[in-house]
Amino acid sequence: MQQIIYFFQKFKYFLFFLLLGFIALTFTFNNLNYHKSKFVNSANFVTGGLYSQASSISEYWNLKSENKILAEENTRLKNLLEKKSFAVIDSDSTVTDSIKYHQKYTYTTAKVIKNSYSKNFNFLTINKGQNDGVFKEMAVVNSKGVIGITDSPSNGYSTVQSILNRNSKINARLKNSNYFGSLGWDGIHYNIVQLSDIPRQAPLKIGDTIETGGMSTIFPEGILIGVVSKINKGNTADNKVDVTLFNDMSNLGYVYVIKNLDKVEIKSLEALQDE
Amino acid sequence: MFLGYINPYLYIAFVFLYPLKENRIPFLFYSFLLGVSVDFFSDSGGIHAFSIIVIAYVRLFFVRLYFRKVVADYPFFNLKSEAFGKVFNYVTTLTIIHHLIYFSFINFSFQNISVVLLNTLYSSIFTLILFFLGTYIFTKK
Repeated sequence: MQQIIYFFQKFKYFLFFLLLGFIALTFTFNNLNYHKSKFVNSANFVTGGLYSQASSISEYWNLKSENKILAEENTRLKNLLEKKSFAVIDSDSTVTDSIKYHQKYTYTTAKVIKNSYSKNFNFLTINKGQNDGVFKEMAVVNSKGVIGITDSPSNGYSTVQSILNRNSKINARLKNSNYFGSLGWDGIHYNIVQLSDIPRQAPLKIGDTIETGGMSTIFPEGILIGVVSKINKGNTADNKVDVTLFNDMSNLGYVYVIKNLDKVEIKSLEALQDE
Repeated sequence: MFLGYINPYLYIAFVFLYPLKENRIPFLFYSFLLGVSVDFFSDSGGIHAFSIIVIAYVRLFFVRLYFRKVVADYPFFNLKSEAFGKVFNYVTTLTIIHHLIYFSFINFSFQNISVVLLNTLYSSIFTLILFFLGTYIFTKK
């Protein structure tokens, strides 16, 4: 007994160090591997509140560029509407059949209150949470393209796993074709992501546009990602190409959170297939 | 900041400046709290906490190595009264250890080891510059 007490006396600092180190590493691994970190993140009440205060002050600096982005998006959407109206006239009917009409996605506006792009596992924080209908695994985009996937929502805020995160995998395809691959990031440049596993026979050229594919239940089809900037000529197994993002990930303001209304239905169907 | 290579972490100055005491439990605990509070804001799990308690734990070893102090000298130990060369060695060693652990965990694989080393080098230089500027400015003449 005395031996044990003596042992604790002698090594108490080292044991205390081991205890604290163990706690810190538990936080780390929870955060890195499983995204289960419930309270050490920037979406909780205190840190989320502080970040939203700070961002409400700093957003005045970006009003001009934010307006420009909105105007550009409006123009794009108006052009799309214009195309749509011709199609309606062509088919000689302006009636929306409420039985056939089927809404698949809902959009929510949110603001990025904390951004990060220089690490290997980047997370953003947005100012919408469970109270606004934001849940785990919903798409986050803005007018220029994909930003990330919601990760752990609290009541008023949620963290978003950015596409600049080494764990991120997004289904992506060549625009106007159905050749698809998966989009990841190697952690080096904040505006270059990597598209891998795209079939070798796909007609890939530098400057081709990459958009989201319709294979995931998170992202809607056809959201822009970036352009191909470098093609690997070698015979590697994963056939990696570099994609330069349309989005400047270091400068994000308002974003849309997209909810897929059919997600439960699709997931349950796929679960049926697995059995 | 600056193309992602330079991220000075000045909060570790706490470890350099905290007075030496015989009972190190409160010191380790405060360092841990400081690290966790930095982690809260940067979504890094417990990486800051882990790297700061490592340098908080090994600090005594380097104090003994560079300044040759014994337990009786602890209450009188003060960085400002030491020679600049010794202080520089002490601060630099601890900063590099901290940054190396921090960036290795942030990277969390051996893939981009060169990026880790570059990050450590550049960020350490900037942390050191900021630390020495800070001590120079706030020292009473």
